Amino acid sequence: MAPKKRVAIRNHSAEANLFARRTFITFIAVIILSLVLFSNIYNLEVNSYQKYQTRSNSNRIKLLPVAPNRGLIYDRNGVLLADNTPVYSLEVIPEQVTDIKKRLSEVSQLLDISQEKQDKLLKAVKSKRRFKPIELYSRLSEQQVALFSVNQHKFPGFFIDARLKRYYPFAELTTHSLGYVARINGRDSLALDKQGLAENYAATRNIGKRGLERYYQDILHGTIGHQEVEINNQGRVIRTLDFTPPIPGKDLTLTLDIELQMIAKRALSGKRGAIVAIDPRDGGVLAMYSNPSFDGNLFVHGISSKKYKKLLAPESNKPLLNRTLQGYPPASTIKPLLALTGLDAGIITPETEIYDPGFYQLPGIETKRRDWKKWGHGKVDLNKSLEQSCNIYYYDLAYKLGITRISQMMMKFGFGEYTGIDLHEESRAIMPSIEWKRARYNKGWYTGETLSVGIGQSYWSVTPLQLSQALSILVNKGEIKVPHLLKATSEIVVNNKTNTHQPLVTEYIVDEKAPIILKNQKSWDVVLDGLHNTVQKLGATGYNAFKGSKYDAAGKTGSAQTSNIAQDEEYDASKVKESRRDNAMFIAFAPYENPEIVVAVAIENVAEGGGGANAGPVARQIMDQYFGDREIVSKDPRKHPNHDNIYYQNIKNIAGNP
Amino acid sequence: MRSSGHDQHRQRTLWQRLHIDLPLLSGILALMTLGLFVVYSAGGQESAVLIRHAKRVGLALFVMFIVAQVPPLSYRKWAVPVFILGLMLLIAVLLFGHVGKGAQRWLDLGVTKFQPSEIMKLVVPIMIAWYVSQYDLPMKIPKIIIAFILVLMPTLLIAKQPDLGTSLLIASSGIFVIFLAGASWKLIGTCVGLASAFAPVLWMFLMKPYQKQRVLTFLNPEQDPLGSGYHIIQSKIAIGSGGIHGKGWLQGTQSQLEFLPERHTDFIFAVFSEEFGLIGVGLLLSVYLAIVMRGLWIAVNAQHAFTKLLAGSLTLTFFVYIFVNIGMVSGLLPVVGVPLPLVSYGGTSMVTLMAGFGMLMAISTHRKFNI
Repeated sequence: MAPKKRVAIRNHSAEANLFARRTFITFIAVIILSLVLFSNIYNLEVNSYQKYQTRSNSNRIKLLPVAPNRGLIYDRNGVLLADNTPVYSLEVIPEQVTDIKKRLSEVSQLLDISQEKQDKLLKAVKSKRRFKPIELYSRLSEQQVALFSVNQHKFPGFFIDARLKRYYPFAELTTHSLGYVARINGRDSLALDKQGLAENYAATRNIGKRGLERYYQDILHGTIGHQEVEINNQGRVIRTLDFTPPIPGKDLTLTLDIELQMIAKRALSGKRGAIVAIDPRDGGVLAMYSNPSFDGNLFVHGISSKKYKKLLAPESNKPLLNRTLQGYPPASTIKPLLALTGLDAGIITPETEIYDPGFYQLPGIETKRRDWKKWGHGKVDLNKSLEQSCNIYYYDLAYKLGITRISQMMMKFGFGEYTGIDLHEESRAIMPSIEWKRARYNKGWYTGETLSVGIGQSYWSVTPLQLSQALSILVNKGEIKVPHLLKATSEIVVNNKTNTHQPLVTEYIVDEKAPIILKNQKSWDVVLDGLHNTVQKLGATGYNAFKGSKYDAAGKTGSAQTSNIAQDEEYDASKVKESRRDNAMFIAFAPYENPEIVVAVAIENVAEGGGGANAGPVARQIMDQYFGDREIVSKDPRKHPNHDNIYYQNIKNIAGNP
Repeated sequence: MRSSGHDQHRQRTLWQRLHIDLPLLSGILALMTLGLFVVYSAGGQESAVLIRHAKRVGLALFVMFIVAQVPPLSYRKWAVPVFILGLMLLIAVLLFGHVGKGAQRWLDLGVTKFQPSEIMKLVVPIMIAWYVSQYDLPMKIPKIIIAFILVLMPTLLIAKQPDLGTSLLIASSGIFVIFLAGASWKLIGTCVGLASAFAPVLWMFLMKPYQKQRVLTFLNPEQDPLGSGYHIIQSKIAIGSGGIHGKGWLQGTQSQLEFLPERHTDFIFAVFSEEFGLIGVGLLLSVYLAIVMRGLWIAVNAQHAFTKLLAGSLTLTFFVYIFVNIGMVSGLLPVVGVPLPLVSYGGTSMVTLMAGFGMLMAISTHRKFNI
């Protein structure tokens, strides 16, 4: 290249000056740019410090919700009916395991997990985040827990997690009243959102779906707690910074008596039907059992479709149906109330007599309505009409009263209305009236239908609960106490100032409705006396049921037709299809003076003998149990439910297996 | 070197005989030591990462020492052939290069992967300084144009890889030489004008979509906080939350909890400012400034135009590293891949940088004897 050959005298000092000047300029630029950098950092670290401090914290600090423990449920004597029991599951954190496949097969061998399940697990393990625990096996048996615990040192990264799950130790015995909890589904979350409760349920998995678990969901649930944790960018929890404990839900004590409940179950075993027993003094439900029943525990873990199909199968006889809240034709059990209506309307007096030739004919109409006794009861007054359950007397009475007066009075006794019990599953059943028929069928009312209503048939249906409620009103002579299952709630109140815990029990306040006032208050006694005779008088329809009881009972039988019987046709249970046989009904209360318990029994499609023979003995067993012929002696209410303890063993023996 | 006798009689100190510039070395060692601490913190406190980094530091120091032994004026002999070889290698990279992280930067030599653009960081300033120093200063316009073309060739080849950060560093190293050689202000003004006129062309025809995205993200990172804006947002949070005193060594939540991406490489400054705060940043910038000042002092005192220009260019390019890295991490500049010099984890660029410091030391210590 040329330059080397060119002779040039370079002015080195001028060049050096030029270079020094340029260097100085760049130096100034460097200083200025450094200041720009520094002032920008200053701006970030000093002026915007608060903002970035907050954002840094919101990056790393997370609030983890902690679910409150669900309130427990006890019977009136403190026997635990709904418990939270630990459920053990085997979990693994994949990143802490070196050879997951090998370890998994070893642990499976130890706990007897099938190869098929293992493969599924392996797949699941691979698809999840490596530091998050994965549930391998839910609901380990106690033996499996023990086996694993002994060998845990061989399996780093595997551990057993205990979670509380609802457990109903009495299973199907209490399902219809307690209901059950099950996993919160989409519809539940939507409802919670609407009520503004979503936040409180952030960590909750299950919610009451039926029965008391549903009705008292809010009380049982409690208040959510929070754990403040530090997390990394992948959401892994590094450490706990702060903890606000959840407030557990309140415990419920019920008016139910589990022993009566067991007797009810035994008495109904092999039958379809329902029993409701109420203490008329406060409306507390002592027993409420519907047979067949089902085990609510099945739903807590999520029922398999196979088991669910089995519950729905026709041969299972609709165990999901709560028959205590289901309408049945009341039949003769409402005769006492019709007599009361007649007395109050002045249509009859206790002494009024009719003649019963064995049939009844409306004026000018050919059709004969037969009495259950072919040759009739002859002369019948009010007392005898109840004792003998004479249909002719009540055809005549109903005809004279007319449907409007009947339904008006019956609605005062709660028929065709919700009783207001603390269950959402209640049915209103049907109290027919002219308006009702117009609205329902758009048809006029026939007088013949009034006669059927007179013996508790036709459209009329009542729930066993309504029936027991009506009887309560009757024995209370008009006072109305709304039936209920809750007796008291209890909670632990924490005082933060003194750092003390104190139990607080809140008694349930019984709801009362405006009482029924009769023109003549003596009418109550007339009817009650009739019921007393029905049970106590030799030859009366209810006599056999309570023969020889130690207490003074009163009551009324009923046999409801479930299908129409043609004119002059004889009813013979043995010849009729099972589903078309009569229902047996019975209502009873005791003691006659100052009643403590009223019972309503409904049994579907009985073989022969009607209410007195079929439902009467069932009511009797409940009463016997209530009045001290107690079969269960040992009772340790506060003991943790465990099938091994004596109390539960007793219950098993008595209640038998489903 | 030939002088004999006892130590106290020598004109040159031991350090000069070793061709080590002590002030420069002190600054470098200070930064490297700091780098070890910050890399340990940013690398998840893993000793393996720290050991790897320490080995690189050792290698880089060794390379610096070796380079410092070579008389600087001898570079001139090699300038042209090495420059041409470098250009050929860059073309080879584009044709046969190894693709990594979406860019072609490496040549696979079988034994090891080799990044020709790193070599060019040193070759380009040598080449331009050699070319310019043949003529009287200030430079004439035609020479300047030729010098520009020489700078532009490797710059464009590297930008094409694409490696915006390196091409920016190489372009600046060449342009600094031209500036220091006394290009007239009129010309500089014209160039700046042309460059800004060229910007839209660049945007519309030359920039790749991901590069455009970077610029857009830079202008408004909050637009896509979980996507392209994530890096810069997390980085600003890390810096801002450091405050005046910082959260303390190993206590930075943004880095320790891994919210900050690329924390031990390009974003290590964010880790440093989160843990050491404004005070730490002030000290760090001071050390950097001291090194730059020492480099400029060496440049001014160099006795030959070639060494002056080379020393000035190397020093100013070092500052470009600092400015671009801190600027991008703190949101002043768009994100381009430039490490924080002497602190970031990352081998190749540290070795190249230290080779450059070796040259500076050579220029500083060989001067009296080799002109």
